[in-house]
Amino acid sequence: MAGQSTYVPKTGFTRWLDARLPILRFTNDTMMTFPTPRNLNFWYSFGGILTFMLGIQIVTGIVLAMHYVPNASMAFDSVENIMRDVNYGWLLRYMHSNGASFFFLAVYVHMFRGLYYGSYKAPREVLWILGVIIYVLMIATAFLGYVLPWGQMSFWAATVITNLFTSIDQILPHTGTAVTQWLWGGFAVGDPTLNRFFSLHYLLPFVIAGVVVLHIWALHVPGNNNPLGIDVKGPQDTVPFHPYYTVKDLFYLSLFVILFAIVVFYLPNALVEPDNYVPANPLVTPPEIVPEWYLLPFYAMLRSIPQKLIGVIVLFGALATLVFVPWLDTSKVRSMRFRPLAKQFFWALLLDCVLLGYLGAHRPDAVFPGTGIPMLPFARLGTAYYYAFFWVILPLLGLIETPRPVPATIATSVTGSGVEQVNAPAE
Amino acid sequence: MASTAAAEPTRRDFIHVATGAAGAVGLALLAWPLIDQMNPSASVLALSSIEFDLSPVQEGQQVTVMWRGKPVFVRHRTAKEIAEARSVPVSSLPDQLARNANLPDSAPASDQDRMFKPEWLIMIGICTHLGCIPLDHQGDYGGYLCPCHGSQYDTAGRIRKGPAPENMYIPPYSYLSPTKVKIG
Repeated sequence: MAGQSTYVPKTGFTRWLDARLPILRFTNDTMMTFPTPRNLNFWYSFGGILTFMLGIQIVTGIVLAMHYVPNASMAFDSVENIMRDVNYGWLLRYMHSNGASFFFLAVYVHMFRGLYYGSYKAPREVLWILGVIIYVLMIATAFLGYVLPWGQMSFWAATVITNLFTSIDQILPHTGTAVTQWLWGGFAVGDPTLNRFFSLHYLLPFVIAGVVVLHIWALHVPGNNNPLGIDVKGPQDTVPFHPYYTVKDLFYLSLFVILFAIVVFYLPNALVEPDNYVPANPLVTPPEIVPEWYLLPFYAMLRSIPQKLIGVIVLFGALATLVFVPWLDTSKVRSMRFRPLAKQFFWALLLDCVLLGYLGAHRPDAVFPGTGIPMLPFARLGTAYYYAFFWVILPLLGLIETPRPVPATIATSVTGSGVEQVNAPAE
Repeated sequence: MASTAAAEPTRRDFIHVATGAAGAVGLALLAWPLIDQMNPSASVLALSSIEFDLSPVQEGQQVTVMWRGKPVFVRHRTAKEIAEARSVPVSSLPDQLARNANLPDSAPASDQDRMFKPEWLIMIGICTHLGCIPLDHQGDYGGYLCPCHGSQYDTAGRIRKGPAPENMYIPPYSYLSPTKVKIG
């Protein structure tokens, strides 16, 4: 859908600039006249929301770095200084810490939307894989950032996650320990670890921004998928991105920001473990170590496996699985609207992830409150379903499922007839 | 380079290959300092040994000392704890290696090979699963219970139950006098 440019410079200056750096032409073609399917719904507004959240995180993060001290003996106090003494420091830090949660909330909606409407299928495989890379970079960035306040949860999260690499010892003796000490810069998590985590936490968001550019580039080659999952057949199926989707995105962004503001101003610590307001102590492990909510499903998978190396492989395998989704789904039909069976397994997967998130917040030997039913079998079942959905159910469904008929064109579906002519939008 | 596959290599091909090879070797040489800078620095390595006086530690008590940023448990075991640990056949243990830096890697995980003197267990107090600090005098075996993922160790610090793959490690140490040890 990346067709011919329709940009016409109107003033002498823009004509001059267009011949030297066609940046206005690029902006016009990608953000103004870009032909976009006319049936995109609410769920398609999260791409814009995610771009906004990345901006929020970078801006608040750069400002926080002006006050934060990446030193094991001063980090905790410098964060308290930001909270108490720096002008509006409390606001900036609460925006940044809760911003991470809202960033992940948006990315999960965005990913499940992509799964439901089959947005990963040809010709959008590279677009999807770039998205998976962004997601993995987000996880790494969030983990590094979580360590910086140097509270108890920070310290022990760093310890547990870096120790995942010691599992390599079980295949290559001493290698895992060597890798872990290389990551630490010492024999335990300490000052050198904090310093390098800060450096990388500052770097990675810009790497994310770079991959986002590639992601949007890869989006603009085939154009947007849409809730019907059918290809755009002609101009009657599209509207220009501006004003139709700029306004729609802005509306839903406003609602999202209202929700964000409610949490930042009224519930800023709702998603924080209280233990992280206790300074890091290498001699005392908190009674319960849990990651932030957005990583709980993966933590549940790790803890459901009694063998260390296999647990780590299952954890990273759950992420790596996403890369292969474009080829695991064998169905010819993109959108699950027309896939009666796939739709049910999709909702089961969503529930499964929520269940794993709940289980990940509890110790593996915990029982469901008030019932005495142990949680561990459910965590194992949930892990098994996650893998089964991608590696067994998706490939098989394409062979055995009879999809419902898909509409001929987007315009037919929207207007009830294929002949209605869209009002030609002004340029 | 649009020549046919069978063509003789030209002098230009040679220069391309030589330039590429020199560049690759140069990159590899430069990569090592960039990688190795993350390893423990000389100042970190300098803090490698400490001395500790055992005499204040009462029977049944455990104290924790810091060595290389890690907690080291010094446990004065009771006669009952020693007897329990010694009665376990090595063949029934999940990890049958002593993990004792003072012995060869292949030493078996018998209670005798975990320490120099039966009353004194000196051990790095870090769970071999994911690095948490186990709680002492807890769990089914009266040894250690890791609060993170439920690994259980006996009174010799050997893994008995749970996800941890190995016994807790014994650091290099020696007795300077009957009541004084040097760790590291």
